[in-house]
Amino acid sequence: MKRPEDYVNKSVMDMPFSGIRKFFDVASEMEGVISLGVGEPDFDTPWAIRERAIYTLEKGRTVYTSNAGLLELRQEICKYIKRNLGVEYTPKTDVLVTVGGSEAVDAAMRTVAGPGDEVLVVEPSYVCYKPCVTLTGATPVVINTTAEYDFRLQPEQILEKITDKTKAMIVCYPNNPTGAVMEYDDWAKIAAALKDKDILIISDEIYSELTYTGNKHVSPVQFPELKDKTILINGFSKSFAMTGWRLGFALGPEAIIKQMTKVHQYVIMCAPTLSQRAAVEGLRVCDGEVEKMRRQYEMRRRVMRRGFLDMGLECFEALGAFYLFPCIKSTGLSSEEFCQRLLFEEKVAVVPGNAFGEAGEGFIRCSYAYSIEDIKKALVKITAFVEKLKSEKR
Amino acid sequence: MKRDILEILENDSRKTVDDIALMLGKPADEVAAAIAEMEADNVICGYSTLINWESVKDDMVTAMIEVKVTPKRDMGFDHMAKRIYNFPEVKSVFLMSGGYDLLVMIEGKNLKEVSSFVSTKLSALDSVLSTATHFVLKRYKEHGVIFDKGSDADERMIVSP
Repeated sequence: MKRPEDYVNKSVMDMPFSGIRKFFDVASEMEGVISLGVGEPDFDTPWAIRERAIYTLEKGRTVYTSNAGLLELRQEICKYIKRNLGVEYTPKTDVLVTVGGSEAVDAAMRTVAGPGDEVLVVEPSYVCYKPCVTLTGATPVVINTTAEYDFRLQPEQILEKITDKTKAMIVCYPNNPTGAVMEYDDWAKIAAALKDKDILIISDEIYSELTYTGNKHVSPVQFPELKDKTILINGFSKSFAMTGWRLGFALGPEAIIKQMTKVHQYVIMCAPTLSQRAAVEGLRVCDGEVEKMRRQYEMRRRVMRRGFLDMGLECFEALGAFYLFPCIKSTGLSSEEFCQRLLFEEKVAVVPGNAFGEAGEGFIRCSYAYSIEDIKKALVKITAFVEKLKSEKR
Repeated sequence: MKRDILEILENDSRKTVDDIALMLGKPADEVAAAIAEMEADNVICGYSTLINWESVKDDMVTAMIEVKVTPKRDMGFDHMAKRIYNFPEVKSVFLMSGGYDLLVMIEGKNLKEVSSFVSTKLSALDSVLSTATHFVLKRYKEHGVIFDKGSDADERMIVSP
């Protein structure tokens, strides 16, 4: 007689729970925890967007949209990409509106990869990439970026891992969890290295609005030789503070988007109508709000980084997203030990770097999607903890 | 940098020079110098605290008074504005476009005090043609700050990917 768990697909059974989840279970049961563990903005969704959603509800405009998403929204997305990246996409054929960036990652992966294929996963990275590859029957092949290069992807690392089976590579810059960015020169080197290679880039650019380099975000699609080999994924969660609205999108060559739309059509039908209508307003009028939030993050980033440097922890200058990734190797603890002790002894929650892949071992992810006051409070406690560790070592 | 400093101080005038320097990634002495310069130039005219007085005491009324005046030759409205803003009861004075000329905001202990100010002082001024007094019943938002925020709790999960 089969037990219930015997019915579970083996590849799902073998899939580990996210390292973040384990940590969350512990932290959420404690009282009075100060958290730097959240991967979402602390700002409310801009009012213009919320107001549009209210209006949409009042009007009762809540029926399905076309599978690929409201044409009006796809048009606005193409304009948005044009004004930010200077790259042209055709609304009718090159855009798919999805349920958050996550669904776009999953749909892209299912559309591209299958049993026997290899997909390069650049780590440390957001937790869903490897499982999404595994579910297609393909094999994830990890590329570990390092602090030595500020966690920027190096062309040699890709070339080393490419085999006949390599189908695609998934990257995320600005990066969660490291806060690393790829600038123009970084992508130019990769464009040159991949010139004669048949490899599709799945570029998750969900943090594209949050860069502090002084220049705008750079995407591989800005390189003509990469544009037709790239699926660009973005969304509204981080830039527009719309995490709970679950709205993202994918842009790419017509031939791929068409097939992705099939996957999306059978699995999802369409992204939430209310969110889509609200997002149209966001893309039309909220550039200023988005910039305002970016500037707030930038100030917080400086305050937090100074705090870690003053503690004597190495902390490379992360120029994107809303995370810092200080190195805790000097304390002699592993990432998990550090985070657990910090949680139990000082009641501060940060996320162990190894939750984002082996390359994150020895680091902790600290989010600055918090007010400066909260960040300062947390820094005081982390400083006390690091001092305690130092005196233990002596 | 000056604009950034102003934005920070407008939002929270208790931020110290060191805080601001850290937030902007600039040396503290440069920030201090910029603030001193803006104070001297009357760009920064003062530092105040935004208070919801209604939640502290109930015996205070605020009135917005629309004032129509005859502008003085060669001096326009500025002369009349000065005559009005020098009264300590007057909190703000604005020159307006539209149906009246000056908008005067005054605060008083009670209705009687405000109306007595209007009738004995404001209306009594030579060039004041007419006034219309509107009392504030409730304050919802001032200087970009919503007074009744409801629950301000962080609803986010403690840890999320």
